[in-house]
Amino acid sequence: MSANNTTDLSQVSNRLAYNAMRNWKEKLIEAILLGAAAISVLTTIGIVYVLVSESVHFFSNVSIVDFLTDTQWTPLFDDAHFGIMVLISGTLVSSAVALLVAVPMGTIIAIYLSEFADSRVREISKPILELLGGIPTIVFGYFALLVVTPILQYFFPTLPGFSLLSAGLVMGIMIVPYIASLSEDAMRAVPMSMREGAYAMGSTKLYTAIHVVVPAAISGLAASYILAISRAVGETMILAVAAGMQPNLTWNPAEPAATITSYIVQVALGDLPHGSIGYQTIFAAGLTLLLITLVFNILGQWLRAKYRENY
Amino acid sequence: MQIQETPALKAEARNLNFFYGENKALKNINMPIYDKKVTALIGPSGCGKSTYLRSFNRMHDLYPGNRYEGEIRFFPDNTNLLSADVDPIEVRMRIGMVFQKPNPFPKSIFENVAYGLRVRGENNRRVLDDKVEHALKGAAIWDEVKDRLSELASNLSGGQQQRLCIARALATDPELLLFDEPTSALDPIATGAIEELVHELKKRVTILIVTHNMQQAARVSDYTAYMFLGEMIEFGKTDEIFIKPQDKRTEDYITGRMG
Ligand SMILES: Nc1ncnc2c1ncn2[C@@H]1O[C@H](COP(=O)(O)OP(=O)(O)OP(=O)(O)O)[C@@H](O)[C@H]1O
Ligand SMILES: [Mg+2]
Repeated sequence: MSANNTTDLSQVSNRLAYNAMRNWKEKLIEAILLGAAAISVLTTIGIVYVLVSESVHFFSNVSIVDFLTDTQWTPLFDDAHFGIMVLISGTLVSSAVALLVAVPMGTIIAIYLSEFADSRVREISKPILELLGGIPTIVFGYFALLVVTPILQYFFPTLPGFSLLSAGLVMGIMIVPYIASLSEDAMRAVPMSMREGAYAMGSTKLYTAIHVVVPAAISGLAASYILAISRAVGETMILAVAAGMQPNLTWNPAEPAATITSYIVQVALGDLPHGSIGYQTIFAAGLTLLLITLVFNILGQWLRAKYRENY
Repeated sequence: MQIQETPALKAEARNLNFFYGENKALKNINMPIYDKKVTALIGPSGCGKSTYLRSFNRMHDLYPGNRYEGEIRFFPDNTNLLSADVDPIEVRMRIGMVFQKPNPFPKSIFENVAYGLRVRGENNRRVLDDKVEHALKGAAIWDEVKDRLSELASNLSGGQQQRLCIARALATDPELLLFDEPTSALDPIATGAIEELVHELKKRVTILIVTHNMQQAARVSDYTAYMFLGEMIEFGKTDEIFIKPQDKRTEDYITGRMG
């Protein structure tokens, strides 16, 4: 009886030891995962902290009203002006041109791939599209400057060598694969039973695609458009290379202009002393960019929640 | 003296074979579908009921590798629905279908029912309003949705969604309605509502319904066909099939010794 008890006990303690070991391992894995998550969160917080704290210095020298309403951006001149609208206009115009190209083209490609292409075409074209998404943006920048601009100038001889139009068009082409790929995924996730319902009513492929599949996938499509906007607003190299970097308050895509991002690279590559007002402008501009992207992301979240599909 | 009157034919399968690639799923099916009657298809899982049903509106054309042989004649015009030079879209314009799982479109209740009318080019608001109301009444769901026609259809309960899908199919006045286990995803009360509806609808339209539920087949249908391994084993009046089936396999299935 007592002998029995001791073996029981030792077995129990063996099991416990094993449990403790497993527990310890689980804890370790958990800690690693937590650490990985924490690093990305901390990085984000760090970035926001730097942007905000440097911007605070900036705004102690320049009033927010001037920042938002001044129509000139000449931070390095003796007569310095800090009108961010100048950079925002370049950013918005180039992004709008890009989206006018990328949204229709990306959506049409997605509809074609998901609803019309047979599996062989799809298997070939998807990797090609994704490859296009992997081309470094500096290559696109020179493509805009050396190929697209001359072609545009052939049709519009007055177009200057640097323009938002040329940069925006190429940026649009760069974004097409993102929209096409994400939208196609969203449309392919629409269950076959929904399409069958539409076909059974006598609709054609095209009618089904436009009137049933696209509405069913709308939240996924919206998400892809929002991502495209974020890409366009944040794109730097194409604009730095092909749009010219002179600050210019304009809504005309046929003009050259600087954008928030191209201004930031320009200044960051220069040799402005740390702590100078010129140096601090890049943080104020960066913060503005962050806020614009944030607005679109919130809009995207809201759209997603509003049109969440429940099949 | 008894006068045996045969109803008019709405459709007839003649030597129908169907292949999923190499796999022969329907074997030489011959069967009449009578006008303004309910015909039930019963048989064990995998015997080919859905395959047969989906041949009528050429749903198999949506997928590559499928092949029909033989004919399905459609009356009064005696068209062969399976003929290569008959456009499947024309076929589907005349034949409605209600699926196993309710599949409303991501649109409002109104637009779901108006869908088929719009596909047919009808955009006159007055006509649409009229036909949508008529269809919703026909599907016995008008009272439940008349105040919320602009709401998303996905907000409805499963049973309501299924009746909405019936309304959607009814709105275009189909000549034949196909039901593939329309109540298998519904509770008994919603099932009862649909069964009553089927009973009501046969005044207007010919119905072909697949069901796994013997009682349902007995309750709603005038004719019953028993299928087994892709073959049509027995076809007859529902009461005759259920009371004295001719084939041993039918009897075994109905009495629950199989399937
Ligand atoms: N897409 C397909 N490709 C290949 N074979 C298929 C396909 N769909 C069905 N089959 C086969 O065809 C046969 C008939 O299937 P079907 O779906 O018509 O049966 P069913 O009688 O409707 O069954 P259930 O009662 O389970 O719905 C089955 O053997 C099935 O495996
Ligand atoms: Mg089936």
